[in-house]
Amino acid sequence: MFLHDALPVLKFTLAFLGGLGVFFGIGLAVAAQKFAVQTDPKVEQVRNALPGANCGACGFAGCQSYAEAVVASTGVAPNLCAPGKAAVAEQVALITGKKAEAKEPEFARIMCQGGKSSAVKKFVYEGVKDCRAAILAGGGDKACRYGCLGYGTCAKVCPFGAITMTDEDLPFVDITKCTGCRKCEAACPVKVIEVLPASKEVLVACHSKDKGIDTRKNCKVGCIGCGMCVKVCPFEAPSMASNLSRIDINKCKSCGLCVGKCPTGAIKDYIPQRPKAFVKDNCIGCNICQKVCPVDAAGGELKKKHSIDQAKCIGCGICTAKCPVQAIDGTFNAPEIFQAAQAKKELKASA
Amino acid sequence: MLKLFELIVAASLVNNFVFTRYLGLCIFMGVTKKMETALGMSMTFTAVMVISAAINWVAYNFVMEPYHLEFLKILVFVAIIAGFVQSADTIMRKVSPGLYYKLGIYLALIITNCIILAVPLTIAESHYNFIQSLVFGLGSGLGFALALIIMASIREKLELADVPRPFQGLPIAFILTGLIALAFVGFSGLITL
Repeated sequence: MFLHDALPVLKFTLAFLGGLGVFFGIGLAVAAQKFAVQTDPKVEQVRNALPGANCGACGFAGCQSYAEAVVASTGVAPNLCAPGKAAVAEQVALITGKKAEAKEPEFARIMCQGGKSSAVKKFVYEGVKDCRAAILAGGGDKACRYGCLGYGTCAKVCPFGAITMTDEDLPFVDITKCTGCRKCEAACPVKVIEVLPASKEVLVACHSKDKGIDTRKNCKVGCIGCGMCVKVCPFEAPSMASNLSRIDINKCKSCGLCVGKCPTGAIKDYIPQRPKAFVKDNCIGCNICQKVCPVDAAGGELKKKHSIDQAKCIGCGICTAKCPVQAIDGTFNAPEIFQAAQAKKELKASA
Repeated sequence: MLKLFELIVAASLVNNFVFTRYLGLCIFMGVTKKMETALGMSMTFTAVMVISAAINWVAYNFVMEPYHLEFLKILVFVAIIAGFVQSADTIMRKVSPGLYYKLGIYLALIITNCIILAVPLTIAESHYNFIQSLVFGLGSGLGFALALIIMASIREKLELADVPRPFQGLPIAFILTGLIALAFVGFSGLITL
């Protein structure tokens, strides 16, 4: 009797659920066929070649979007992946059939040296230990509003662990780990981090646009805008604007002359030790090194082998660059100069 | 018209699914870490909510009620929502890739959300008409969006805070939810339907 009552309901149930199942099954199958999206297998290959850090240094939303863009568009270069460096650029170029050009590595540079002992604080900050929070409290506790706040936000956001905080509460960038992904640059609320080409190793590590006297009051190592660097530079790289010296990285040859002359030490030399120059036997005695040497270390009689006074030499590399026969070796830029000269010679020979 | 407005207020504030009924917490906790994802989820969710309310209303009132199949409603609603969301995912990917990359990732999450199931069930129980169902779906979606946006804006700031270790992550988020829920109690009694 019970079964008799339930039978029609059971029938409808089966019909309805079955119908629903068939409807959606067929519907989805048709949709999958009709709306199938052709994906390029190259995208997946590129995606696998990329490091997968999703750091966004390439300018796309992540590794996946870069992979899609680099495969789909001819205008997107294969060497945009900063963490992957040359190896990944080569692979991506191979997959996409584009030409890989090595991109000069870039490193994050901290444009402030005003640590705990040299910069004045205007109040005691006791809030959340994060620069983004600290700047909300009256622009941060540093008297200089251009300086590094020192609460380590950049160290926290770095996906590669390249930034550590020193005892001076300043970030230290480990260039063996830094990939130039610009995450720290974006996170820093005072914009004290700049990502610059690795070869640019002499920089004014200060952003203070205050008047010299105010900068001096706030910080012992700030740029006071005295203009000494402008006077001493043989390449006219530094220029003054709103009480701040800025070195034009396209003109700078990293000779380091300004580093020693800067009265406050605001110019930082990233070359840890500057090896001194020495003269090789192929010197023709042209005296050019004597003329260009800023510290009168080079010299000698005409047409005889010159010598360089090791006590005076500061390793600026200017003579290495100017020597017409590449007879001066030992400075930081010597390998680069020799390579360039060699390339020039080969070009001439082939022509 | 006033009745419909009241329905929106009731669904979004007075009976906010997250803060007064504690439903849909999985997505709520999952996507509120960043404002960007919270906004994307809010938009997708509200759209799916309104459409699924409409489809389920049709299925319930034209098929299930006439043939006395009300006892199947949970099963059927789940199936309909899953089928609809899946096909929306497939079609959107082809027709509008831009929209798909912005909102598509949230679609798969929505299938398993319990608010999306609670809305048609409430509609079926309260015997709303078609327009009322749409409005109720919209109100619930807006309420969920409001919850996501409030939570995301607080959690983005919370990221910077020095939270005691045992409370880091989800525990502090639950405490926060409780505090906001307390505030939402203030809406109770605002509208008696």
